[in-house]
Amino acid sequence: MIRSLALLTALAVWAAISYGNRALEVTNPVLLPTPGEVAAVTVALARDGSLARNVLVSGIRVVEGFAIAVVFALGLGLVVGLVTPFRLAVEPVVEFVRPIPPLAFLPMFLVWFGLGETSKVAFIAYTTFFPMFIGIAASLLRVDVMLLRAAASLGATRADLLRRVVLPAAVPGIVVSLRLGFGLALFVIVGAEFMGADAGLGNLIMEGRTFFNPPQIVMGALLLGILGSLINGLLLALERRALRWRLTSGH
Amino acid sequence: MSKGSGSARIQIEGVEKSFSLDGGSMAALVDVNLEIQAGELLCLLGPSGCGKSTLLNIVAGFLPPTRGRVLVDGTPVTGPGPERGVVFQEYVLFPWLTVQENIEFGPRLMGVPAARRREVVARYLEMVGLSEHAAKFPLQLSGGMKQRVAIARALANNPSIVLMDEPFGALDAQTREVMQEELSRIQRLEHKTIVFVTHSIREAVYLADRVVVMTRSPGRIKEVFAIKLPANRDRFAAEFTHYESEITQVVKEEVAKAHP
Repeated sequence: MIRSLALLTALAVWAAISYGNRALEVTNPVLLPTPGEVAAVTVALARDGSLARNVLVSGIRVVEGFAIAVVFALGLGLVVGLVTPFRLAVEPVVEFVRPIPPLAFLPMFLVWFGLGETSKVAFIAYTTFFPMFIGIAASLLRVDVMLLRAAASLGATRADLLRRVVLPAAVPGIVVSLRLGFGLALFVIVGAEFMGADAGLGNLIMEGRTFFNPPQIVMGALLLGILGSLINGLLLALERRALRWRLTSGH
Repeated sequence: MSKGSGSARIQIEGVEKSFSLDGGSMAALVDVNLEIQAGELLCLLGPSGCGKSTLLNIVAGFLPPTRGRVLVDGTPVTGPGPERGVVFQEYVLFPWLTVQENIEFGPRLMGVPAARRREVVARYLEMVGLSEHAAKFPLQLSGGMKQRVAIARALANNPSIVLMDEPFGALDAQTREVMQEELSRIQRLEHKTIVFVTHSIREAVYLADRVVVMTRSPGRIKEVFAIKLPANRDRFAAEFTHYESEITQVVKEEVAKAHP
């Protein structure tokens, strides 16, 4: 209720400023698109099918890149989280590479993989890998030693401890890492598509700049926001279902 | 296994434990010798920080002693094992498992068939009065209920030894007495060998066959009291309060030394 009210208020403020500007001509009206103009562009692009096509192209890139990153982050995260020598070997490298802003490497990906799909998918995989990998390894390392003692005194072997204590105890942390990773993938796809792409939401936005069509830029940004919050909501709902035991409370 | 003088289930022989601290080392336990008989309920009593939990952790196999050794049925302890069940002060239930799944954790590891597991779970759920809560998760339970699950989980694995580390410490006085009665009832049914750590003298006198009073840190054994009271103990009986005040005297000496 409050949420929708807040959203409506934001929309009203935007409308007031943009239409007000139109009436009073404080600045060039073209620079401040109105909700009506953005809606008109959206309808036009939806009619000729390019909206759906661009969303789909970006979506596929995100899903592919994210999927690759998940495979590597889970694999390496498990090894590093469970095998101390590996952790000691990998830690300094990760600590060095991690603070580099991912975008700094984007041109490298274009050099290596060209302007096609591969560079975008690879870039998303690279960007989302690190936070997920670190989150997964950390949630495995964080497992309470008391839980391990409890299981060991019930007869758990090393394999039992891994399967029945360490992994289930780490699941919440792993799930959160994956959700944040997916959010990040939606974030960086735009940047990747700015650097030369023939389709995708980032491309749509860049097109708005090239052909001086500000409503299209605003539309692209809003669309990303809507898609992002929808997907995040979906992932949160999945998380709640999977981690039922954490959210139940009361006696 | 030799019988006779070595017939004790648990033998604690010259156990010492020190922890390294800022480059130096701090002694937690000094020269602890103790024999615990089969079917005995032994209470370890002492001021906080006296090392009684450390001693329990060594018997459980969670910590190695710095010197000396612990034998269970004549075999040195090198790690935790299913014949020594542990009930922790902070319950330590598996939060992602239901009450039922927590209780059958041990039997499941042992490969007990599902039908038999259900029987075991049902029996212990009933014993601790939680039959209606089998499908709940630990986060849905009160402290007293969690502790009862922890006790059921330890007993369902059928350990012959149960090590309990201030298991009722976090409970309110009312629940605490109910749990003590529960435990002594269970003990009359099951005849386990129990080592029970507490800092409550009343609790020790209510439960124990013998009470071992430890000195302040570094912990040694100060005195051992055999409690010769009937099985169903009356907390207000003259003999009960007599033991209570006798042990209180000895414990007070130690507390006074700790806070001169």
